[in-house]
Amino acid sequence: MTDHTSQAELVRRSLKGRYRKERRFRAYGIVAIAIALAALVTLFTDIVGKGYTGFLKTTITLEVTMDPDLMYLDDPTDPKQVRMADFVAPLVAAVGRALPSATQDDQDALRRLINPYASSELRDALIENPEWMGTTRTMSFLAHSNVDVYVKHKGDAAYSIKLTDQQQAWVDDLRARELVETSFNDVFFTSGDSRDPAKAGVLGAIVGSLLTMIITLVLAFPIGVAAAIYLEEFAPRNKLTDFIEVNINNLAAVPSIIFGLLGLAIFINLFGMPRSVPVVGGLVLTLMTLPTIIISSRAAIKSVPPSVREAAEGIGASKMQVVLHHVLPLALPGMLTGSIIGMAQALGETAPLLLIGMVAFIVEVPEGLFDAATVLPVQVFLWAGSPELAFIERASAAIMVLLAFLMSMNALAIWLRKRLERRW
Amino acid sequence: MSTVSSTITNKMQAPDDKAMPVTEDKVMPVTEAKPEQTVLEEGVTVGTPFADDPKFKLRDVEVFYGETQAIKNISLDVARNEVIAFIGPSGCGKSTFLRCLNRMNDSIDSCRIKGSLLLDGQNIYDSKRDVVELRARVGMVFQKPNPFPKSIYDNVAYGPRIHGLANRKSDLDDIVENSLRKAGLWNEVKDRLDAMATGMSGGQQQRLCIARAIAVSPEVVLMDEPCSALDPIATARIEELITEMSESYTIVIVTHSMQQAARVSNRTAYFHMGHLVEVNDTSKVFTTPEHELTESYITGRFG
Amino acid sequence: MQPLNLLLLTMLLAAVAYVLGSARSRTLAMPLGGVRHLKSLPGYYGVRAAIWCGVPALVILGLWAAFEGKMIQSIVVGTLPDTMIPDTAGEASLLMSKIGNVANGSLPPGFVEEPVAKAAELLQVLQVQSKIYMTGLVLAVALLAGFVGWVRIRPLLNAREQVEAILRWFFFACAGVAVLTTVGIVFSVVFETIRFFEQVPFFEFFFGTSWSPQLALRTDQVGSEGAFGMIPLFTGTLLISFIAMLIAAPVGLLSAIYLSEYANKRVRSTVKPLLEMLAGIPTVVYGFFAALTVAPFISDLASAIGVEASSQSALAAGLVMGIMIIPFVSSLSDDVINAVPQTLRDGSLALGATQSETMKKVIFPAALPGIMGGLLLAVSRAIGETMIVVMAAGLAANLTANPLETVTTVTVQIVTLLVGDQEFDSAKTLAAFALGAMLFISTLLLNVIALKIVRKYREQYD
Repeated sequence: MTDHTSQAELVRRSLKGRYRKERRFRAYGIVAIAIALAALVTLFTDIVGKGYTGFLKTTITLEVTMDPDLMYLDDPTDPKQVRMADFVAPLVAAVGRALPSATQDDQDALRRLINPYASSELRDALIENPEWMGTTRTMSFLAHSNVDVYVKHKGDAAYSIKLTDQQQAWVDDLRARELVETSFNDVFFTSGDSRDPAKAGVLGAIVGSLLTMIITLVLAFPIGVAAAIYLEEFAPRNKLTDFIEVNINNLAAVPSIIFGLLGLAIFINLFGMPRSVPVVGGLVLTLMTLPTIIISSRAAIKSVPPSVREAAEGIGASKMQVVLHHVLPLALPGMLTGSIIGMAQALGETAPLLLIGMVAFIVEVPEGLFDAATVLPVQVFLWAGSPELAFIERASAAIMVLLAFLMSMNALAIWLRKRLERRW
Repeated sequence: MSTVSSTITNKMQAPDDKAMPVTEDKVMPVTEAKPEQTVLEEGVTVGTPFADDPKFKLRDVEVFYGETQAIKNISLDVARNEVIAFIGPSGCGKSTFLRCLNRMNDSIDSCRIKGSLLLDGQNIYDSKRDVVELRARVGMVFQKPNPFPKSIYDNVAYGPRIHGLANRKSDLDDIVENSLRKAGLWNEVKDRLDAMATGMSGGQQQRLCIARAIAVSPEVVLMDEPCSALDPIATARIEELITEMSESYTIVIVTHSMQQAARVSNRTAYFHMGHLVEVNDTSKVFTTPEHELTESYITGRFG
Repeated sequence: MQPLNLLLLTMLLAAVAYVLGSARSRTLAMPLGGVRHLKSLPGYYGVRAAIWCGVPALVILGLWAAFEGKMIQSIVVGTLPDTMIPDTAGEASLLMSKIGNVANGSLPPGFVEEPVAKAAELLQVLQVQSKIYMTGLVLAVALLAGFVGWVRIRPLLNAREQVEAILRWFFFACAGVAVLTTVGIVFSVVFETIRFFEQVPFFEFFFGTSWSPQLALRTDQVGSEGAFGMIPLFTGTLLISFIAMLIAAPVGLLSAIYLSEYANKRVRSTVKPLLEMLAGIPTVVYGFFAALTVAPFISDLASAIGVEASSQSALAAGLVMGIMIIPFVSSLSDDVINAVPQTLRDGSLALGATQSETMKKVIFPAALPGIMGGLLLAVSRAIGETMIVVMAAGLAANLTANPLETVTTVTVQIVTLLVGDQEFDSAKTLAAFALGAMLFISTLLLNVIALKIVRKYREQYD
């Protein structure tokens, strides 16, 4: 009894220090989680803070007089005349009229308030509506990207304002009269890349990503599922099977850039496939995502209880019938979930695509699997490398678009899992 | 039928507990009892569940896992330096009840415990109660031998080290040697104290776990089916050990084997579906059980 | 016909074969007294016919489409006079694009030498002919094989067994794709690497301390020899990976421990998905964050305390890479910690150990091999990470251990050397493949070791 008592006393005496250590250890854990979450929050606020203005465009509304003399154009239906005509002059004149303080010497400064592509917009509008010739109409055009930066980031030290003091005064004036306005940037979602940040959009990259993903999905899903079925259901326990399994596990951890080297050496140099096209991108990403899909599909097959197999085998179904009629339908939700997560990985992948040339400056929106294209993450990479902050803003906006796609894919995966997956 | 009436006549009432809801109107009339279905009443235990100077005084204990109730109003005393065996069919709650005695159920989020559980008159589940100190006083040996993946020496020394029971290396050596001797393991392992504990045989591992538990000189040792994973020879060694230990420790042992309960324990408690049905001297339980269910169990009608 | 259209047409034919095949089996079964006298269900006869029709045709189509370009090219180049036969692969591709441009009309034939113009004509003819032959051959094979397959349908034929055997082979082939990929990777780096070592001595590559692959444009230019010592690249890679692990290992491990041992259900179910979100963010986003936010922040901070830091410091890339790897480490450690049997935890707690004592003295030592394996996998990931370093680390191959200086990595150099115009045989291009080979070998070794450790560890507690 005395032994017990002294022992209990010793324990009691040790408690204070031990609980201090306990609290400290627990605090380490909380700090670690706080660091990770703080990183996440910082990352998101940084991206959103840098990029939300990318979803805004700056337009300038002008009273454009389509004066035949000024434009050297009588008949907008005559291609020859259109080619020689001047569509900039009426715009500059319109800006000049809107700004009474501007003089004849300010022509250049005035022209640099309007987007360089505004003249071709005017041309296209006139070709479509030849009867506008000689009239005066109120039209809205994209402002020059310098104006865009000024309007959105006036007073932000990070951005250098490239407008002269006089131009700034004009823009302030126009803004006060609601002739220069910001609105939702539809251009960003309806056009491809451009040298002019105000005209640059993600549509080309989205379509490129979509085409690439179609190839990846069409190849990776069936091959991955078939491989998983083989390994789980048919493969004999031998050296070859072991080798295949080791291979798959290692491939899952091979750096993605190595797959780019593979694509470059095999698909492009050996098979002579074209560079920069979605087909090759899709093939490379297929090989890259296959291990992920195979591994998750195998897990899904494993989770189907043996009783289902035994029941089907018991009434004389062949092994293949058991697999195709019973195991596969039951494992499919799990397989789909794994594949969607694999596809999300592929959608965010950049490095291997750089090596197979999907990093080119491409204005056109791709129309087919063999058209030169780029993808969303590569577009982000291209814009992020630009010295112009207006492109950085676009890159941030493109990241948000990319993250939105990824999140909806993950949400879909979670929904599928919740909805379809059975618990045994 | 007659057994049901014997239930009534032998029913004991907790002497000092106002909350005990056992009154005459709760007694099932004989006419309504169905022949095949014995009636179980909450809080009704036949035999001698109470002792004069208890180590553990447990009253109205109820345990819930989420919505399901695993222990239904059990009251029991565990006397000092006795060996009490908990027996009963699988899932009857005997292990759950055992784990309440040193709060091993704390780590299960959904587990709630009601009632009063006193160790030497102090509430085990008091919010100010220190669980570390409690467990240092109430040790436990588990169903499957669970030596840490460390050396034999380190396994036994683990408890004294964390509790700061030995100031010098020689003290620690003494504690380890004593504990291993008490566990009857010293002669087998004294030459290989640095060997990994996981390399020992199952019986040796379990005796090591017992040595590990007694190295912190607990007052009570809880044993949760300590021999279920062992062969008969190893089991015999452990049973011998329990008998030796009963001189200096209070031991509560859960067992599946009625022979084991008969061999090692002074008293036996029979659990059934969360109820404590009968507590009596071991010899009485195995020769003349008072409750019909106990009789069915020990005669092997279910289990 | 275009290959894609041909593919669709062949599949359509296969579908027709399916319908006809199953119909024929039904017809054959009719006089016998119904479908149950067939050896297999009608559907299997249909599938069998479709396989006969489609598979050989599609194989031919695939092979033709894959090798058409190369074959035509070699025929066309063969017609050129000896003096014009290109010496290097670079010249060859230049010549072919010239011929191609003439053939598709974007370059008038008058602008090029006569043999080239002739070759262009030939190219045009061959391309047209090739399409015709391909279409004819594929359709003929599809129809013929489909017909044979259809005719050979007999009631006693076990179509199911045949179809299942073919399917099984298909499944096997799909599993083999993984092996083929590995073979492809090895194949694609090995040859270029061998050619690289024909131009650059072994010793220089492995032990050289200077890396500047910028070969001169003209061979007679001064300093046309680049320097190809990979030491600074590997030290740069290791420096950044080290910084990353310095962040990721403690943060990942401690958060896994907290989540698995301390956090209640509600906290766990909120924090875990948030951590996993970090893993789902594309690396290009991390690169953007590192290059445009973290790197300027670090260099500003350094100059504020009077230290000089590069605007592309190793620290910035390493920090952000560390953040990226946190969820990787934490989910692997979580798995490993949860694999430690509950009985060990109970054993320790029952002796009166606190949770942190249990964690530090029992669980952690028991889980150590698994955690080490997980950390090795994380290192391998850090070494192979590309986008963060491409965007945030520099190109200057400095041999330094100062995290505030610019370093470059293996992956950065691979990308830099291979993006944009390349000459096929220059040491510069080949160097990228040699670096790729080194990267592949080192990550493979790490992975094999790590997976072995983890697997051993799992078996211990299974």
